[in-house]
Amino acid sequence: MEKDIHSHHISQQFNAELDEAKTRMLEMGGLVEKQVRDAISAFMNLDSGMAEEVAQRDNKVNDLEVEIDEECTLILARRQPAASDLRLVLAISKALNDLERMGDEATKIAKHSIALANEGGVSRSYLEIRHIGDHVGSMVRNALDAFARLDSGQALKVAQEDKAVDVEYGTAMRSLVTYMIEDPRSISRVLNIMWALRSLERIGDHARNIAEHVIYLVKGKDVRHVGLSEMEAEVKGKAKG
Amino acid sequence: MSTESTQPRTHAIRMDSLGRNASTKKLADEDIALTVEDLKLYYGEKQALYNVDMQIPRKRVTAFIGPSGCGKSTLLRCFNRMNDLVDGCRIEGQIKLDGHNIYEKSVDAAALRRNVGMVFQKPNPFPKSIYENVAYGLRIQGINKKRVLDEAVERSLRGAALWDEVKDRLQDNALGMSGGQQQRLVIARTIAVEPEVLLLDEPASALDPISTLKIEELIYELKSKYTIVIVTHNMQQAARVSDYTAFMYMGKLIEFGDTDTLFTNPAQKQTEDYITGRYG
Repeated sequence: MEKDIHSHHISQQFNAELDEAKTRMLEMGGLVEKQVRDAISAFMNLDSGMAEEVAQRDNKVNDLEVEIDEECTLILARRQPAASDLRLVLAISKALNDLERMGDEATKIAKHSIALANEGGVSRSYLEIRHIGDHVGSMVRNALDAFARLDSGQALKVAQEDKAVDVEYGTAMRSLVTYMIEDPRSISRVLNIMWALRSLERIGDHARNIAEHVIYLVKGKDVRHVGLSEMEAEVKGKAKG
Repeated sequence: MSTESTQPRTHAIRMDSLGRNASTKKLADEDIALTVEDLKLYYGEKQALYNVDMQIPRKRVTAFIGPSGCGKSTLLRCFNRMNDLVDGCRIEGQIKLDGHNIYEKSVDAAALRRNVGMVFQKPNPFPKSIYENVAYGLRIQGINKKRVLDEAVERSLRGAALWDEVKDRLQDNALGMSGGQQQRLVIARTIAVEPEVLLLDEPASALDPISTLKIEELIYELKSKYTIVIVTHNMQQAARVSDYTAFMYMGKLIEFGDTDTLFTNPAQKQTEDYITGRYG
């Protein structure tokens, strides 16, 4: 698919509307990416001030979702888009939903960091949060990049990374359970770490969803609920003539 | 979702709201009514159709879309040999209706046109009563029994979703009807002689939106009995009413496939450009 596939309409206004919706969705993506990064950082440093900021900014994310979704609705009503234009509007609308959910998860991480700070932290490192947080952060960035550049190859990589995050999440959970068995007094505090990890894992899932929307947008194939190998076959399948 | 599914994709066999098996609708599974084989058409020196090959499935709606002058109406007119009436028009190749080439010398064009009825953009009722418009085709076949005609007129008007609106004024002049009613009357006149195929050339383009929806609703009902081929400039209309869509450009058939796929994920770039409004 060409990079500028969504331009060159006879109607310049239609071009502008599609471009605007996509750009604003990616801007919202940038904001959500920052929310995730800040939430992780607040958690690592037990920085309640930063965590509060993250929680406050979630309203902005929610507002953007509603606004941009309204734009998508208007495009559907006014233009009755077809083919790649239709897929673009649908992909934007679905990605908005995933971004908003990511924002919610970032807020949850922030809130758990506040709870943990109030309890005085844990006497062990937050290695799992740092590691999985880095991984998930790069998934979010790459999924948004893939959307911006209509790069189904990169989208596929995001989906593949999600698999690795799931494995890391399982390992981290086992290690935290072991820690709680060894030191039952830490249970309520460690649970905050577990919930935060859970939220990170969910953010990874949403990044994968966005990657799937990108593949749908570029290839016209719905790759939800299919295995990675089938997804790979669709992405690497013959390019459109 | 993150979980790797080992289950087969269950939604691959979902039904759409009309009970059609949405994902598996394929031309290969259809009963074919009309087959076009390597059709070339010339108006004098100018070639208007180039090597068209296609199969029109029975009791389905097939839409032809494309920019003005792309040959879609020309192709439509080939199906009942309307182009025979055009001076200097020459045709190579074959069109088979139920396996028989309609361009054989032995084929009677009038009989063919009875079997392959056509409705045009502008409603063209005769300046006669509503009743006589519908009965016309039967009368020229020599059927004059009142009981037979009454039955056929009612059946055809009901089939064209017009009966309830006109049953109390069948003797009124048809030209006093609204445009949308006139168009449905013309469809009633066409189906009165029980054709196999209905050709619709922009049947709703001169009508208001409500009349257009009535015609579209009618097309949906008619396809249970007839093979329908429709030419339309309104792409949303093609997407709404048709099962299969052919995109034509400069006398060539560019893409032909099931409508759902063609409007969401066309295979050819030219098709994509046209349906998304980038053509030109």
